[in-house]
Amino acid sequence: MSCDEKVDCGRRRLLVATAAAGGVAGVAAAVPFLASMAPSERAKSAGAPVEADISKLAPGQMMTVEWRGKPVWIIHRTKEMLDSLQKTDPLVSDPKSERKQQPEYAQNEYRSIKPEYMVVVGICTHLGCSPSEKFKTGAESGVTPDWAGGFLCPCHGSTFDLAGRVYKSKPAPDNLEVPPHMYLGDAKILIGEDKKGA
Amino acid sequence: MASTAEKYKSDGSLAGNALEWVDARFPAMALYKEHLSEYYAPKNFNFWYFFGSLALLVLVNQIVTGIFLVMHYKPDAALNASGVPVAFASVEYIMRDVPLGWIIRYMHSTGASAFFVVVYLHMFRGMLYGSYRKPRELIWLFGIGIFLCLMAEAFFGYLLPWGQMSFWGAQVIVNLFSAIPIVGPDLSVFIRGDFVVSDATLNRFFSFHVIAIPLVLLGLVAAHLIALHEVGSNNPDGVEIKKHKNEKGIPLDGIPFHPYYTVKDMVGVVVFLMVFTVVICFMPEFGGYFLEWNNFIPADPLKTPPHIAPVWYFTPFYSLLRAVTYPFLGIDAKFWGVVAMGGGVVIMAFLPWLDRSAAKSIRYRGKIYKTMLAIWVVGFMLLGFLGTKPPSYAFFGVIPGAPVAQILSVYYFLYFITMPWWSKADKCKPEPERVTG
Repeated sequence: MSCDEKVDCGRRRLLVATAAAGGVAGVAAAVPFLASMAPSERAKSAGAPVEADISKLAPGQMMTVEWRGKPVWIIHRTKEMLDSLQKTDPLVSDPKSERKQQPEYAQNEYRSIKPEYMVVVGICTHLGCSPSEKFKTGAESGVTPDWAGGFLCPCHGSTFDLAGRVYKSKPAPDNLEVPPHMYLGDAKILIGEDKKGA
Repeated sequence: MASTAEKYKSDGSLAGNALEWVDARFPAMALYKEHLSEYYAPKNFNFWYFFGSLALLVLVNQIVTGIFLVMHYKPDAALNASGVPVAFASVEYIMRDVPLGWIIRYMHSTGASAFFVVVYLHMFRGMLYGSYRKPRELIWLFGIGIFLCLMAEAFFGYLLPWGQMSFWGAQVIVNLFSAIPIVGPDLSVFIRGDFVVSDATLNRFFSFHVIAIPLVLLGLVAAHLIALHEVGSNNPDGVEIKKHKNEKGIPLDGIPFHPYYTVKDMVGVVVFLMVFTVVICFMPEFGGYFLEWNNFIPADPLKTPPHIAPVWYFTPFYSLLRAVTYPFLGIDAKFWGVVAMGGGVVIMAFLPWLDRSAAKSIRYRGKIYKTMLAIWVVGFMLLGFLGTKPPSYAFFGVIPGAPVAQILSVYYFLYFITMPWWSKADKCKPEPERVTG
């Protein structure tokens, strides 16, 4: 902006400074509106751990409990189901669970504390649908003719094995998440909290 | 312009005096002349020119039915005494207990699909006759803005009945944002207002659906029309009628919008309302395409329905999302899927600058444009069809759908990206001086 004799430069500068200050105030005024959209204190505190009784869970069955509004599956895996994990090792994209989708104590071959009990958040890592259980093997499963048992996400077709590991070349980028959990005895699991008090 | 127009002079009657009083204080006559009685539109409008005014009609339908639905609807995800979410129960209440509530709700839900039918046809008209080209680029851009608002309205509105498809559809779409590197996960929490789709999400979507987006939408519609009336309408021949004017400055090939096109559009309105009424009364769910079966089950955060697909008008873009299954530049495939879906809409905004053809209208374009556009239209519809099917779908049980969708997605984008070259190379017929027929 150039100043010539027709423009009162002092007033023009005051105008620009006022407009700039007003602009800053205007932007600052957006803060309470944006802040109000973040999760409220109530939503943040609604993350209490939940207890699950697994005494009635038969081998080969799974149960679902709700934790933080999400489904958590507990799968009682049989010997055959555990053996299937070796078959799927070369087919999954992160066979050794190197990405941090589980607490350290579940970063093992079976992605669990006790091999026979799998505890996993039943939410697909692609876009958050809940995969369906496809425990039957082979063509009967309706997934693939050589299906080893696992989960199929109905939304975009991602498949997971019985340790929640995602198959290669599927839309889901990561294995299913193992939540922090601990055993409160042989037949009780606490989901949402582990020994380290996480 | 409004300020220079002559003010209305009363003929001495009571109505005339009232109008003179108003016109002295508000540019009533000037606005009426500028936008209706002295807005000169080309005389050769055909069938395709019904859809703009029909879109306006459906907009009014959505606003009016929406106002009355809000009188009974409750955006509340808490369970009532019978264990049903309050929002879901309030929609059922409208359907069963509110006198004639069902017809208002079906007018609104069918209106949503009708909106996309007329808007898709309206946009295709623009592509047929090159209506987006100079000097109408801004009309096209406002139109793309309107299309984006409509998609947002449809998406936010679909959560409100709090059925299974509402819940899981919102879950998937909000999670799209979590694919953005670094800020994504926090952004999706910010949009939901919670760590999962919940009551907080339902309430803000209600607010967006009934206040925020409609305000923006109405502003854009006004801008769309003001820009249109500034430059004047295109026509099926794609030639400018303002090049040939009579001594009064009126285009020789123009006719006043009112009464000529108001009367013509009324025929379109009558036919449209006949079809619309039949759908509302006899097939409001439209075989699961307008209202999906699974949405008659209350939202269950623990269980995704066995097959989820968006409503039909989103499925072409949904297919673009699903088509990307490979990571690229070290970023997950899901991020690129999101980019493809968003890009599929945004790329249309660039049409005015991508099209370098010598002729505007398809009537005078060459074989290349006609072939490319025909394949694009068929591809768009096939993508839409595949988007309603599960990823494992195969045509006739033998041709797998997923690779077909991938090929069509690549074509969708190549059509736009390569357009500057093939549209220029196309052999066009000479455009006429004046409109024909």
